[in-house]
Amino acid sequence: MNKEHSKAKKYGMVIDLDKCTGCGACMVACMAENNVPFKKDETNKLDSITWMRVYKLTNGKSFPNTEICYLPRPCMHCEGQHGHSPCVSVCPATATDYSQETGIVSQIYTRCFGCRYCMAACPYHARYFNWWDPVWPEGMEKSLNPKVSVRMRGIVEKCSFCFHRYQSAMEKAYYEERKELEEGEYQTACTQACPADAITFGDLNNPDHAVCQLKKSKNAFRLLERLGTNPKVYYVSTREWVRRSGDNYLRGYEKEGKVKKHRELAGH
Amino acid sequence: MKIGRRSFLSFVIGGAAGTALTPLPWKLTDDLSIWTQMWPWTPVPEDGEVSYTNSVCTLCPAGCGISVRKIEDRAVKIEGAEGYPASDGNACILGLSGLQLLYGPTRVRMPLKKENGKWKEISWDEAISQVVNKLSDLRSNDESPAVACISGSDYGTVPRLLRRFMTAYGSPNFMTVPSMQDSYALTLKLMHGVSALAGFDFENSNFVLSFGSGLIEGWGSSVRMFKAKSLWKEKGGKLVQVEQRLSNTAAKADQWVAVNPGTEAVLALGLANVIITQSLYDKAFVENHASGFDAFKKIVTGFSPDKVAKITGVEESAIISLAKAFAGASEPVAVCGRGQGKTPGSLHEFMAVHALNALVGNINKKGGVWAVPEPDYIKWPEPELDEVAQKGLATPRADGAGSEKYPDTKSLLNQFPKAVCAAEESPVKVLFVSGANPCYTLPGTKAVKEAFDKIPFVISFSSFMDETAQAADLILPNHGHLERYQDVPTPAALQNPLTGLAKPVVEPLFNTRHTGDVVIALAKGVGGSVADAFAWDSYEACLEETMGDNWDTLLEKGFVAQAFEPPGWDSAFTTSSGKFEFISQACMAESHQAAPGKIAIEGDNKKFPLILMPYDSIRLANGFIGNTPFLTKTLEDTILKGQDTVVQINPKTAKSRFIFLDDGDYAILSTPKGRVKVRVNLFEGVMPGVVAIPRGLGHTAYDDYLAGKGSNFNELISPVDDPVSGLDAAWGIRAKLTNVPL
Repeated sequence: MNKEHSKAKKYGMVIDLDKCTGCGACMVACMAENNVPFKKDETNKLDSITWMRVYKLTNGKSFPNTEICYLPRPCMHCEGQHGHSPCVSVCPATATDYSQETGIVSQIYTRCFGCRYCMAACPYHARYFNWWDPVWPEGMEKSLNPKVSVRMRGIVEKCSFCFHRYQSAMEKAYYEERKELEEGEYQTACTQACPADAITFGDLNNPDHAVCQLKKSKNAFRLLERLGTNPKVYYVSTREWVRRSGDNYLRGYEKEGKVKKHRELAGH
Repeated sequence: MKIGRRSFLSFVIGGAAGTALTPLPWKLTDDLSIWTQMWPWTPVPEDGEVSYTNSVCTLCPAGCGISVRKIEDRAVKIEGAEGYPASDGNACILGLSGLQLLYGPTRVRMPLKKENGKWKEISWDEAISQVVNKLSDLRSNDESPAVACISGSDYGTVPRLLRRFMTAYGSPNFMTVPSMQDSYALTLKLMHGVSALAGFDFENSNFVLSFGSGLIEGWGSSVRMFKAKSLWKEKGGKLVQVEQRLSNTAAKADQWVAVNPGTEAVLALGLANVIITQSLYDKAFVENHASGFDAFKKIVTGFSPDKVAKITGVEESAIISLAKAFAGASEPVAVCGRGQGKTPGSLHEFMAVHALNALVGNINKKGGVWAVPEPDYIKWPEPELDEVAQKGLATPRADGAGSEKYPDTKSLLNQFPKAVCAAEESPVKVLFVSGANPCYTLPGTKAVKEAFDKIPFVISFSSFMDETAQAADLILPNHGHLERYQDVPTPAALQNPLTGLAKPVVEPLFNTRHTGDVVIALAKGVGGSVADAFAWDSYEACLEETMGDNWDTLLEKGFVAQAFEPPGWDSAFTTSSGKFEFISQACMAESHQAAPGKIAIEGDNKKFPLILMPYDSIRLANGFIGNTPFLTKTLEDTILKGQDTVVQINPKTAKSRFIFLDDGDYAILSTPKGRVKVRVNLFEGVMPGVVAIPRGLGHTAYDDYLAGKGSNFNELISPVDDPVSGLDAAWGIRAKLTNVPL
């Protein structure tokens, strides 16, 4: 067996929060690419399906020392320890799975029966439940992308790192008798759409890919690292308060030394 | 066999255990999930061959290159086109969701005529002949100036065809939608003496001082600005944002200077004071290429840092260090045009800010402000004018542009509703509207709507059922933006001239017609010298002929980028002195000598203790195109909640002797122009005393995904005339927040 072929990939993202302007292009590119439905009122953000959502963080200081930072949040595609992502571990229907080949956490809509256990398990609110059937105004269903199936009422959906783009790229590569993809051949819709060039996507295991270097920055961090979810989305910010708010649950937790333990477990 | 209690129980338990061991329950759960998901109403998009068609987005004046992915003849995704100048590979959030406009329910599908308040379908031939009859009647009565036209832009072949039509027909009333570009054009006219557009070489600037410009909120060519901002970060360039609210631009800036509302020009003059008194200005430029420096110096003396600190609320030391940092940078540039630059603003403010660029000698230089020539690729021969046309064109404009009061301004759309409302009978009998939605976007919307009601015959060319189309009497729908050819002139604030070509990506879906073709048909219908001015068979023929040698390149590459080097200081200025003029003669006229600096806003500060200021968000389209469902979905719940606009106020503003508001509470927002119910968001990023309201909500037209959501800021304000230009200089209005009575 070809050694190169057997090497597992670990697709991940590095998002530069200093560059992100909160413009929302990633959100719309994602929705258009992945047939994400929309309702007439989307202002209840708890039931507004956004595979990619840009959060607004503030430093909590008063005028004029206030600062804000935008934080785009796709699915973190947690690896946990050896693929034990919080959601994968709890799914009773094997509707979500961790791919050892790509490191992508999948969501198989036809298997999901909507128990929402995964939503409860996900610490990032990256999963959304279809409370209603998707409705497109008459004529607008023409703009649906056939490469991504349309979801229906009663199931959970989330960001797939545009897995269909990986499939298309692999198909093309196989057709050209290649087994490996170039870095640019497989990019997510949000990465492609970011006008500020804040999102970088690639194989975290491949030293030639930009993400592999970027994640080593001293300003890089991941969300809620202490939970040991081992996410594959890294953030970079030169501002300390931003890095801190990436892990703002359970104040005072650090003292017990649990962060360190989880970091060790996560291979840091 | 006897079935006893014991055997029955063992049968049931054994059966249950046995079933659990088989795959049956799991298979059933799986099947159940499949059965409950196979609903016939869930659309299954048809697959097919994938192809890409490149075009240029025309939803806003930024003109980004786009690449549309198609499955057979369906367009399924819009992405940025790689290699297109300025936008290179990206498009803004509105452009990305453009398919929702193409396939959306708000398209006007055929020509419509309003009869007794109801829309009635009408054929193209009939619609055109009705307009032609009206036009011919007016013309034969020598009433040609009673026809007016509002165009979204002054540049490009469609606006120029409309303008040509007005000229050949004999009406001076061709108006364009004003923006900061008008104010910049006037600034360059008065200070440089040239007819040009302001371009900024941001890619090479290393110190950007922005006076309220939402550089990453959609100002200029939005995508290009996002890229420039990332470039500054990589190269260590600095961005200083002067603004009352912590906008995205302020948040991303290296320094946020929170200045008192409306005192931007004062701050600019204060900075000029420091630069001059500390002798930090570019002597080579000021001594050899500028005139009026002494007079300017005299004015600026009155703006000493301590005085300016009192007015602007910025500390004296901060003013001095900012001035030093600006003058000390190698490629500094100062820029203005508030928010997305969709309002023209005070001309004095533009000139004060531009004077800073002159002081540091960064005009027509690397990293500075360039005077970019107006697009000149349209070289049609002047139309022959018959007697009616000559007579008509000699009459004064309905909007007062070019009059004795405002001699340098080309168009004053903000004055037009006033003029119509003030007259007993509307001076305009037929009004064309193309690429614009004045019934929504113009400040003082109530007066605009009143004027529209008064004009007997309004014709809209809109592709969408927007507010202006709703107020019209006849809609002659243009093809959708992905169904038509259209030339795209240089985007706002770009330093290099660029011409793009939007191409049809899909066949027209409905019974629509290109506005260019309709204008040609109308001219032919009117006949005589008007028809002679339009020798083309079709718009496409006209466009091809206009583009000449560039046509093939445009078809193939999608754009023609001209190499441009701004003229050096020796030849850059064509004022009477041949130099840059710090003080323009135009501003010295008695009526124009308002104190440089503050433009007073409407409202009594006792009755209205707060100041309402609009803000722009890139996620909220506020131009002639409304938000798409995707865009509205991305809005934070601190902008729109349910059907209500959320205004941002400082927590200090929320608790006073008169009001007590918590985050998310309802409140009544009133201004001298109107009152609306809003929700409040307590945000430390807003200056105390300021109420920040998003622009782009409160549509009454469009679909259920947009109509009826929030309130339109333009209904709460009315224009304030700039003393020099006559353009709208309002930057806010006095306001009051009160608790909702229980």
